Amino acid sequence: MGEMEELRKEMENLKDQITAARKTFQDTTLQEAASGVTVVGRVQLKTRKTLRGHLAKIYAMHWGTDSTLCVSASQDGKLIVWDSITTNKVNAIPLKSSWVMTCAYAPSGNLVACGGLDNMCSIYNLKGKDGNVKVMRELAAHTGYLSCCRFLSDTEIITSSGDCTCVLWDIETGTEKMVFAGHQGDCMSLGVSPDFKFFISGACDFTAKLWDIREAQCRQTFSGHESDINAIGFFPNGNAVITGSDDATCKLYDLRADQELITYQDSSIMCGVTSLAASKSGRLLLAGHDDFNVNIWDMLKSERVGVLAGHDNRVSCIGVSSDGMACCTGSWDSFLKIWN
Amino acid sequence: MSSISAPHSSLVLAQKAVKQLRLEASVRRIKVSQAAAELKTFCLQNAHKDPLLTGVPSSDNPFRPPKSCILL
Repeated sequence: MGEMEELRKEMENLKDQITAARKTFQDTTLQEAASGVTVVGRVQLKTRKTLRGHLAKIYAMHWGTDSTLCVSASQDGKLIVWDSITTNKVNAIPLKSSWVMTCAYAPSGNLVACGGLDNMCSIYNLKGKDGNVKVMRELAAHTGYLSCCRFLSDTEIITSSGDCTCVLWDIETGTEKMVFAGHQGDCMSLGVSPDFKFFISGACDFTAKLWDIREAQCRQTFSGHESDINAIGFFPNGNAVITGSDDATCKLYDLRADQELITYQDSSIMCGVTSLAASKSGRLLLAGHDDFNVNIWDMLKSERVGVLAGHDNRVSCIGVSSDGMACCTGSWDSFLKIWN
Repeated sequence: MSSISAPHSSLVLAQKAVKQLRLEASVRRIKVSQAAAELKTFCLQNAHKDPLLTGVPSSDNPFRPPKSCILL
């Protein structure tokens, strides 16, 4: 029998230890702690702009840090950079592969990235000398689809993949700096902490993992979801993580208490969560679903306080601008909408 | 299942998994009461800076054209 059996026993013991340790720190619930707080009044956001131009399903969008420009990716084979206030298309970038699943805007505003079923992350320079937007790098090494990507700077980007790993890339050399392995299922989404020291990943193994970027180490693993995690993000202060799953719920996990604090669910919501974003104070959680709607939750009280209904197909992506002024939704109906 | 037939790589994977679990078990935790209190405080203290929560008057809303009044 020997070593393998002993290792399995030790794994089970450690898992039980973690569960027990978490319980000893569970002296209350978020619901109890927030019992004195009044529920947020009904949130009614209106569509202020509709960004028209894509010819097929939109799969991803990401705000630039100036809260005005944003980038979207569609399976019409284009990346479009929009001025969300004027609705003008600043750039329309044709892609080599139309099977795009994710896009990202660099914090500097100089670069955008995208990727998908081509298993690569392509980096585009928006500020090239001759004014043309060209592919600057093609980051190839993943053996599965690119599900998500996020820039740390103009020289580093993190990607998540259907090959169950996440990778930190050196954009200049086009090489992998670190590989983050540990998930037992396709990695579907990632989020970078406000201080850029950590990132979180959500996967088809139903777990979320917190990674130390420089140590290439998984620090914490969060379970509880009953299906694939499709969307993940940090609570604005960086101390908690929000996840959205095919099990139709969202969960809030606190990093320092190392456990789930609350589940956002309603028996009337039966469709998987595709995307999520937090408002600037963290009080509102906006979750996009397969049923064409976005549900708005009071994060402290776990009550639904609003719905954004305006798309004619699945809401695939959502983002709140850095200044918190607006929320952008992207849909399979080929439109993006700006709400506040 | 006998370990004689188990491939060497399974053993290495299992050893890695145990090492990872040991690391995750050793994380320093704080009480939920403290964590929840700090989340609550963050939300309440930043509420006034959250336009989606407080609403935006149309004059300050970059996504709404300002309504101009012409007095004739």
